[in-house]
Amino acid sequence: MARRAEPIGAFPGIGAALLVAALIFGTLAAVALRAEPGRGFAASDWAALRFTLVQALLSAGISVGLATGLARALARRRFWGRSVLIALLGAPFILPVIVAILGLLAVFGRAGWVSQVMIYFGAEPLQIYGLHGVVLAHVFFNLPLATRLILQGWQEIPAERFRLAAQLNAGPGAMWQLLEAPMLRRVVPGALAVVFAICLSSFAVALTLGGGPRATTIELAIYQAFRFDFDLGRAALLSVLQLGLTGCAAYVALRVSAGEGMGAGLDRVLRRWDGAGVTARLLDAGWIALAGLFLVLPLAAVVLSGLPGLLLLPSGVWAAALTSVLVAVISTLLLLGLALPMAAAVALGRWKAIEGAGILGLAASPLVIGTGLFIVIYPIADPFLLALPVTALVNAVMALPFALRILVPRAREITMRYGRLALSLDMAGTAFVWRVFLPRMRAQIGFAAGLAAALSMGDLGVIALFADPEVATLPLQVYRLMGAYQMQAAAGAALLLLLLSMGAFWLLDRGGRWHAEA
Amino acid sequence: MLRLENCEIANGVFKVSADLQIAAGSRVAVVGPSGAGKTTLIEAIAGFLPLTQGRILWQGQDLSAMDPGKRPVAMLFQDGNLFPHLTVAQNAGLGLRPNLRLTLPEQTKVQRALDRVGLADLAARKPAALSGGQQSRVALARVLLQRRDLLLLDEPFAALGPALKAEMLDLVAEIASETGATVLMVSHDPQDARRIADQVILVAEGQAHAPQPTAALLDNPPPALKAYLG
Amino acid sequence: MKYSVFAAALLSATAAYADTPELTVYTYDSFVSDWGPGPLVEKAFEAQCGCDLKLVGAGDGAALLARIKLEGARSDADVVLGLDTNLTAAAKDTGLFAEHGVSAEYDLPVAWDDAIFAPYDWGYFAFVHNVDATAPTNFKALGASDMKIVIQDPRSSTPGLGLLMWVKAAYGDEAPVIWADLADNVVTVTKGWSEAYGLFLDGEADMVLSYTTSPAYHLIAEEDASKAAAAFDEGHYMQVEVAGILAGSDQPELARDFMQFMVREEFQSVIPTTNWMYPSVTPAGGLPAGFETLITPAKSLLLSAEDAAALRDGALDEWLDALSQ
Repeated sequence: MARRAEPIGAFPGIGAALLVAALIFGTLAAVALRAEPGRGFAASDWAALRFTLVQALLSAGISVGLATGLARALARRRFWGRSVLIALLGAPFILPVIVAILGLLAVFGRAGWVSQVMIYFGAEPLQIYGLHGVVLAHVFFNLPLATRLILQGWQEIPAERFRLAAQLNAGPGAMWQLLEAPMLRRVVPGALAVVFAICLSSFAVALTLGGGPRATTIELAIYQAFRFDFDLGRAALLSVLQLGLTGCAAYVALRVSAGEGMGAGLDRVLRRWDGAGVTARLLDAGWIALAGLFLVLPLAAVVLSGLPGLLLLPSGVWAAALTSVLVAVISTLLLLGLALPMAAAVALGRWKAIEGAGILGLAASPLVIGTGLFIVIYPIADPFLLALPVTALVNAVMALPFALRILVPRAREITMRYGRLALSLDMAGTAFVWRVFLPRMRAQIGFAAGLAAALSMGDLGVIALFADPEVATLPLQVYRLMGAYQMQAAAGAALLLLLLSMGAFWLLDRGGRWHAEA
Repeated sequence: MLRLENCEIANGVFKVSADLQIAAGSRVAVVGPSGAGKTTLIEAIAGFLPLTQGRILWQGQDLSAMDPGKRPVAMLFQDGNLFPHLTVAQNAGLGLRPNLRLTLPEQTKVQRALDRVGLADLAARKPAALSGGQQSRVALARVLLQRRDLLLLDEPFAALGPALKAEMLDLVAEIASETGATVLMVSHDPQDARRIADQVILVAEGQAHAPQPTAALLDNPPPALKAYLG
Repeated sequence: MKYSVFAAALLSATAAYADTPELTVYTYDSFVSDWGPGPLVEKAFEAQCGCDLKLVGAGDGAALLARIKLEGARSDADVVLGLDTNLTAAAKDTGLFAEHGVSAEYDLPVAWDDAIFAPYDWGYFAFVHNVDATAPTNFKALGASDMKIVIQDPRSSTPGLGLLMWVKAAYGDEAPVIWADLADNVVTVTKGWSEAYGLFLDGEADMVLSYTTSPAYHLIAEEDASKAAAAFDEGHYMQVEVAGILAGSDQPELARDFMQFMVREEFQSVIPTTNWMYPSVTPAGGLPAGFETLITPAKSLLLSAEDAAALRDGALDEWLDALSQ
């Protein structure tokens, strides 16, 4: 009689988590087993570890700090262009790294717009290269994501609670204490962990904006171990270090992220009565304007430099775009197949480790996963034949941590709120999944799917390791164009990529939106 | 007959014991001080809380190991009895088929049940567009369609006004007569008990006492109940 | 080659196609791209070999070598094309390569005598700048100037490693001093050539590490004469790109045919305007118009494969030390 009745099974979720863990640790083991005795850690690796930690902590702290302010402003304001801005929030994150770097530097670089304005007024140009440059770039990438995650926390506060707070005439302080602080206590640690993990595996951005080898991260050390030293053992060792750090971050976040949910409402249309004061309005407007500029300007640079190139796109680019869309579709389906059962299992409360398994996808070096998969696949099949499915799978695993952060809180609320009613109606299993779980998760599924599709579209991923001249994805084609001096066409292809990613994100996210106006 | 045989129910550190039986077709109010274990008792019968000892039998059949949905039990909770994303008809239809794949005759049945509770015109609405009383009626329409032997009520009408609550209790009584269901109703109001219950189970100090005739018990309460009734 | 045959059979239902002998050549990614030499080379070779030439791209030169090491003796590849002299020593050490047997009159600034690897093109590393800027004439002048440069990381990029070897070959033990002087000229270090070149074109730096042939691209393909390479009087380090036959090849004859084809007119004439490098055997018609505008270094620097392998790690440490201050 020890078994507790539950409306939804945990086993598919456990299976999915095991699959993910097997992929990450299996590929790592494959690399490690293939290794010959290497030189182990070097002094420079410890320097890399130190730099990686410092920049990741700073980037995560600042990204999430700013995101809280921005999300708060966005949650309580309705203005023209709000939904466009929220959709644009997805953009920096899904740009291919090389494109984002060029976009950022077009604004903040030595010859960038900001520097030109400063020179015009007789000041020195902006000095962007250094730790602050790394952090700035990481904030550019992650502020939008953190904002979306935290904004979702605000949106999950039912309309009824705001009504109650308004009725109690709660001022800003009371609103904070009653609704915002408890919600943030639940949402912020997870967002911090996710951003930290992303920054942990940064490489090209950190190196370029960091201004040189001072900004060597663990991921760069892994890269060096692979291609400069061909020391697979050291690559595996460094990868373990990276996974360990992410594991710690995930563990701390899950431990700290406590507190009850906000309960459920009756899906009333959300109205806000707070934040009507002049100070609050100015504050929110300031946040939105500044953050909007910070995010939109580099994107505008990407668009401007890409427009002329859009007309001279070689036919190969369109084929690659089609391939990318295909990979994104498969990847999104795989992601939902993994993430939904995992979210359900986590929601049952006894399987927190699953959430931890999910976040590892971020920490796993694409190079290690790619090489490990290659070692595993090579004896049994032609890796080139499997390039696209493998890319789709790895992209799905990389998107998993985000998907879980999006899906889990809602899944938890659904099982808590409707589990018993469903059980008493004998609705366990399939009926519960199709009639309650999925319909009530619609918004979150849309958001997660949109993010996964966009991410998959923009990620160079492991395709570079498995590349076949006939099947290239769009990001790979962007790199190939640049490698062939075709910078203009590359900029055009990057713009096409941006448009496709944004389009996929907008479509899916829109399709699932609840609180209709959000 | 519902038998609670030497039962002990654990809800965290809190324990309730019960050893009693209830005749089939009777309507029983479960009363007692707040926190004494009324809801715990009901939830054990519904299958949400495990027994640490003893067993629960209905008409001689042991329910103890059965999942909540497989028990001959329909239950209404204090709140959250409806799914906000489903229409009135769908919420009621769950009583027939949890997967909502209703045949045409079944759809007719749903419509009749909604008719019966006075919601014929609101079938396509979502719960958010209903009043509290109307929401209760949807839940009752579902109970009607479930046709379970046992109907457990955990104060589902507590938020309604006295007249509306009385109306709902009468509706429950009518439905129970129509379906022949045995009713167990948690209540903190002796008037509710007098209104529809022929028997009362007193839950106090972690002990559920055997049912007593309502009038006799309420007119001449034992000390524990007296303290509660004031 | 079992799997590539399987792949071919899967892709094309015709039995005749699967019966055609297939030659698999691993190369770097930009070689096989639509704008690289790959498509033209494939067409020309298939027209004469009665075979199916399969060009497979695997990252860059260093990734290519890593790939061969991972696959070992079981590799599907018959030929590896795209290593340079910084990698050939390590490639030779794998014992996976066989002698190529190619004979040709190479037009290289240095003598070439290697039984395992045959060169197909070469170039000089150089700093590229806009013609309106006054470029320094050696590393010391560059270090003393306030010219800003973008370079590539030797750990992740072929030109980056080339620069390391350039300074080492020109200055030997004095290299750390040169790097210390250059440190304040380096705007930033990028992962690969594309990032660095993109930053230069966007105006982030006055010069970028590339090749002496880079201006030829702008001149010939874009009719843009605004780019020039700075001639350094201590000489320019060379990159010689080579190919070799894998000992485990199941098409050794076809592989040798391909290697010989590689130093012939059809292949060599494609190289200048697709790979933007000098062909290892100058075609009968000479170099394309525009190449004559390029600088010719007074001195060609090239460390032997063995020296390059021996000096590499030390040079990297010097570079890291100087630029991490």
